Amino acid sequence: MNAIVVRGLTKRFGSFTAVDGISFDVEEGELFGLLGPNGSGKTTTIRMLVGLSRPTEGGAKILGFDLSSGITEAKRGMGVVPDSSNLYDELSARENLLFTARLYGVAKDVREERADALLKAFGLFERRDDRFGTFSRGMKRALTIAAALVHDPKVLFLDEPTVGLDVVAARSLRNLISDLHHRGLTIILTTHYLVEADLLCDRIAVMVKGKIVRIDTPQGLKRHVEERSVIEVSFGQEASGHVGDLSARLPGAEVVFLDGMRAKIFGGDPSFVLEEIFEFSVDHDLGLSAINSIKPSLEDAFVRITGLSPTAMAREKGGR
Amino acid sequence: MWRDDLRCIRLIAAKDMRTYYLKPPAISWGMVFPVAWTLAFYLRNPSNFDDLIPGLIAMTILFSTTAAEAVVINFELRIGSLERLLLAPVSTNSVLLGKVMGGFFFGLLMASMVTLATALSLNLRPDLSALIPMVLISLLVFSSMGALSSVLFKEVFEAQTFLNLPRFLMVFLCGVVYPISAMPSWLQTISRLLPLTYTVEGLRAAFSAAPSSPFRDFLVLTGFLMLFIFPAMRMLRKRFE
Repeated sequence: MNAIVVRGLTKRFGSFTAVDGISFDVEEGELFGLLGPNGSGKTTTIRMLVGLSRPTEGGAKILGFDLSSGITEAKRGMGVVPDSSNLYDELSARENLLFTARLYGVAKDVREERADALLKAFGLFERRDDRFGTFSRGMKRALTIAAALVHDPKVLFLDEPTVGLDVVAARSLRNLISDLHHRGLTIILTTHYLVEADLLCDRIAVMVKGKIVRIDTPQGLKRHVEERSVIEVSFGQEASGHVGDLSARLPGAEVVFLDGMRAKIFGGDPSFVLEEIFEFSVDHDLGLSAINSIKPSLEDAFVRITGLSPTAMAREKGGR
Repeated sequence: MWRDDLRCIRLIAAKDMRTYYLKPPAISWGMVFPVAWTLAFYLRNPSNFDDLIPGLIAMTILFSTTAAEAVVINFELRIGSLERLLLAPVSTNSVLLGKVMGGFFFGLLMASMVTLATALSLNLRPDLSALIPMVLISLLVFSSMGALSSVLFKEVFEAQTFLNLPRFLMVFLCGVVYPISAMPSWLQTISRLLPLTYTVEGLRAAFSAAPSSPFRDFLVLTGFLMLFIFPAMRMLRKRFE
């Protein structure tokens, strides 16, 4: 059964279309990812689905409740973790959880038990009486997720959950999300981290400029590029200025510069591609640092599908 | 459904009291400022101190209800906490009413302390059937005024700056500093457009020995309440469309 059904969901701000008629279904217990660069419409989509923004056109059903007529009922079954940790600095960790539980009408004995259980599960029990404002960024993120779970929702929306976290905190949070998924919670995750989407999601919708350009499993997305060879080349100096020349030398292949000195070449006959790369580097006196034939990753699939550089996407968000 | 909304209003008001209002800046702005103002008038003319009490209570109501109203909405919009409230299964109107009630309860606390202290120390016997409705409606009016000013602007400082204009205009033109009847006619007209004028009049009626009903003042203040609360609700809803 589908926990979420989205049909023709559209959001316009004046003449700008932020989300352009997207449709998708999310099954109960599925971890569904919305993957795309900054400004692709992921957060706007989530905001519409959780009732913080009204769709211009189209609609959605969450847990069988229509967004336009049954948003209050739908909200009872939703937990939402926004892209910023927005609990109250003045309240302690436990008070924040209890306050959220009371907002959702959770009975006193249940909410106290659940708040303590969540604090233990998220490793924050020892700090339960400390003010939220004194927590580290990773702890704030964990408590924000705990607050979204305190009313025992059926669907959890996670908007960029690991943005701004250090590597260790981000890994720990990913394990937590994975645990929640294995417990049967339906999760919608927006992220611009390809590795995160690959590690966590059952299916991924790739969003670009407000549209979903492809929905598939991470394996399915990777298969899309596995049929073609992928060669990664690092030049000794800035080479992206000569992208036109390199592309012209490699008809039938696709050249994408990841940064000024690093490029990936999708498709083409590998021996011919290698030969042309050597000639290109000599002709422009660039030098070659490394050249590899690689197994396609989700990043390669993303690049192929969207035509965007994944590093440019990470830079936009200030990500790792 | 309405029970959920009532619970949400109560919770938000209690949370705001704790996190914003019962703090030194709000208390000093809500209480110290009107008391200092009144003391200045007392030092100038100690014989008429009783006459200043309705004005003192009115100013306490005005400054305490609006002490943090602009902060509790704009600040929470900025840090995203207001969205957290809007994610709960309650209406946007209930969230705004919760914010208004936070200012209301803080104002009630401050106004009750000032009223009790002055009534007991000066042995005043106000007409409670007039005093209580006047205080309650005034608290709602000025708390709603604070809420409206905060949803009109995106930044805390913009809302606070904007709110200072009607606040200080009201202090000078409400009849406490200078009698309205002695003002030029154009200032009298402006004075009649300000809610604090009716609060002061109503409270004076409640404290006066001669029987006079502040019913008209109560009705006018109810009109001001509608004028502030409904646009504030509408504008907050619009922010999330």
